[in-house]
Amino acid sequence: MNYSFLPEQASGPSAIMTKGLVRRFGDKAAVDGVDLDIRRGEIYGFLGPNGAGKSTTVRVLCTLLTPTSGQAFVAGHDVAREPEQVRLRIGVALQEAALDAKQTGLQLLRLQGRLYGLSRPEIAARLEALSQLIDIGDAIGKPIETYSGGMKRRLDLAAALVHSPEVLFLDEPTTGLDPVSRARMWEEVRRLNSELGMTIFLTTQYLEEADELAGRVGIIDHGRIVAEGTPAELKRRVGNDVIVARLARRDDAALEVVRDLPGVRGAEFHGDELLVSADDGAATIGPVAVALATVSQVRTLTLRTPTLDDVFLELTGNRMESDRSPQPRADARELTEVMK
Amino acid sequence: MTSIDIALGGRPVVARRSNPGRDVAAIAGRALRRVPRELETVIPPIFIALFFFIVNIGTLQHLTQSHIKGFDIKSFMLPTAILLGVTGISRAGSLVIDIQSGYLDRLLLTPVRRVAILLGHLVADVAIATALMVPIVGLALGLGVRFQAGPLGVLVFLVLGCAWSLAFAAFGYAIALKTGNPAAVNSSFLLFFPFLFMTSSYVPKEQLSGWLAAVATWNPVTYILEGLRSLVSTGWSAAALGEALLAIAGVGVVSFALCFAALRGRLRRG
Repeated sequence: MNYSFLPEQASGPSAIMTKGLVRRFGDKAAVDGVDLDIRRGEIYGFLGPNGAGKSTTVRVLCTLLTPTSGQAFVAGHDVAREPEQVRLRIGVALQEAALDAKQTGLQLLRLQGRLYGLSRPEIAARLEALSQLIDIGDAIGKPIETYSGGMKRRLDLAAALVHSPEVLFLDEPTTGLDPVSRARMWEEVRRLNSELGMTIFLTTQYLEEADELAGRVGIIDHGRIVAEGTPAELKRRVGNDVIVARLARRDDAALEVVRDLPGVRGAEFHGDELLVSADDGAATIGPVAVALATVSQVRTLTLRTPTLDDVFLELTGNRMESDRSPQPRADARELTEVMK
Repeated sequence: MTSIDIALGGRPVVARRSNPGRDVAAIAGRALRRVPRELETVIPPIFIALFFFIVNIGTLQHLTQSHIKGFDIKSFMLPTAILLGVTGISRAGSLVIDIQSGYLDRLLLTPVRRVAILLGHLVADVAIATALMVPIVGLALGLGVRFQAGPLGVLVFLVLGCAWSLAFAAFGYAIALKTGNPAAVNSSFLLFFPFLFMTSSYVPKEQLSGWLAAVATWNPVTYILEGLRSLVSTGWSAAALGEALLAIAGVGVVSFALCFAALRGRLRRG
C-alpha cells in the first residue's frame, strides 16, 4: 500500500521548487536544467542510474553545493541567497550514512541538537521521542563503529530529524541494506509521511523503492528530467503489459512481424530480449508467439506488467543498473511464464 | 505546535542558529571527546618530548656545564622539549576522517557557522597542547629548573607554547581541507624538521655557524625558543618576548590564511 500524499491531496505552497537548475563541474553539467515543483506533504521519488545527477541535485537543494545557474527554493527559501534559512528547515540523510564512528549514537544526536540551537531540555525531549520513532534502543549509548549497517542508517535518519525538519531529503537511503533493514526503512519513510505529513524527497536507483513509496516520480538521466508523474502514469506510457521474448538469435525480422499485430503498441530489442508493449497482454501474447515462431526459435516468452525500468528504457534507451537491489523486484512476482 | 512535534513528544522545537561561542564549544567538545579513543595521536608527541628532554640532558649536561660557565642544560632544553611536544599537535587527521566519512557534510548541513567548525578544532588543539605541556614543565620543575620570571612566567611560557602550537596546527588543517587525504596530512610532519632542527634547539644561537646560523636567523622558531628561554633563564625580557610573539604571529598569519583559503575552497567545491 502506498501511504504517500498524492499531489492533489497535498496543499499549501511548494516544499521544493526549482527553475532551470544547473550545476556544472568544469565543462560537465551534472544537473542540466532541472525543473521541480514538489508540494508539501508529498513523497517525491527521484529516480535515475548512477551518475544521472540525483545526488548533485540533492546537494544543491541541501545547500552543500551552490547552483551554477537557475533557481532553487526549499521550504520557501532560496538555497543560494538564504542557505541558513534552508538548513534550519531541512533534514538530510545522505547516500552514505554520515556518522562519526568514534562517538556514541547519543553523543552524535546531542551534538546535532546543539548545532540546531536546541536547549538541553529540548534535546532530551527530542531524543526520547526519536528513540521511540527510530527504535535504536540500547545501542544508542554504544560507539557507532559497533553498529550494523541498518542501525547506522536509522541513526542517520534520527540525526536528520532531531530538529523537526519540514522537508526530509533521503539520498539512496537503502543502498547496501539487507532486505529486512530495507523493508524497515521503507516503513519508517511511510510513517514519517503519513503520520507527520513530512515532505520527503527520496532519491533511489531501486525502481521498486520509488514504486512502493513515492506519490510522484521524476526520472533523471544525464542531468535532465526525462519524465515525471505518478508511477501508474509513467507505466501507462509503455502500455498495460509487456511481453518479453528471448529468441535463439537477434533477428530484425522479429520486430517486423510483431509490430503490426493488433494490440501491439511497440517492440524493441534490448540485448537479447525483445520487449513488446501491449494494451492487453493476455490477448496479444498468443499472436505474438505465433508470429515470432515464423522467423525464429522462441526460447522463452513471458508476460508481465510494466515497471519503471521499462519507462526508463522507453525514455532513454538504457536500462537502469539496479542489480545491487537486495531483494527481488516487486514486478518479478507478477511474472507469468507462458511458454518455454 | 505542528503534527511533527506532537508525534515526536509533544514539545514544540524550533531549530535556530546558536551563538558563535556555543557553535565553537560544541565542535571543540566533540573533538576532545574523541581524544581518549585516539590516544595514538597524543601519546607519541609527549613521549618524544619527554624522551629527548631526558636523553639530551643526560648526554650534554657534563659537556656543556664543563665548557660553558653557568650554563644550565635543563633550563636550556625545556623550551626545546616543549616545542617538540606541541609542534604538530592538531585534530587535522580527524577532520580528514570527517571529510572521508561524510560527517563534515553532516556538520555543514546544520546552521553551524563554517568558521566555527575550524575554530572548534583549534580550540581543542589548544586544550590538548596545554595538557601535553603540563607534565613536561612538571618534570623540569622536578629536576630543579626554576623560572626566573616566576609563576606568571610559567603561565606566559605555556601561553606562548599554545600559541605556537596553534599557528603550526593551521598548516595541518590547510592540508586536510585542501586534500582530504590522510597521507598528505601526515606528510605535514615534514615541516616540523626544518622548523625545529635548523635553529637553536640544541646549542645557543651564538654557537651556530655557517649556513645553519644563517637559516636559524630566518627561522621563526629561533625567536620563539629565545623568548621561552628568557622566561626560564633570565627573567622578563620585553625584546625576547616581543620577537617570539612576532615570530608566532608571522607564522600564524601565513598558516591561517592558507587554512581559511582551503576552507573556502572546500565549501565551494561542496
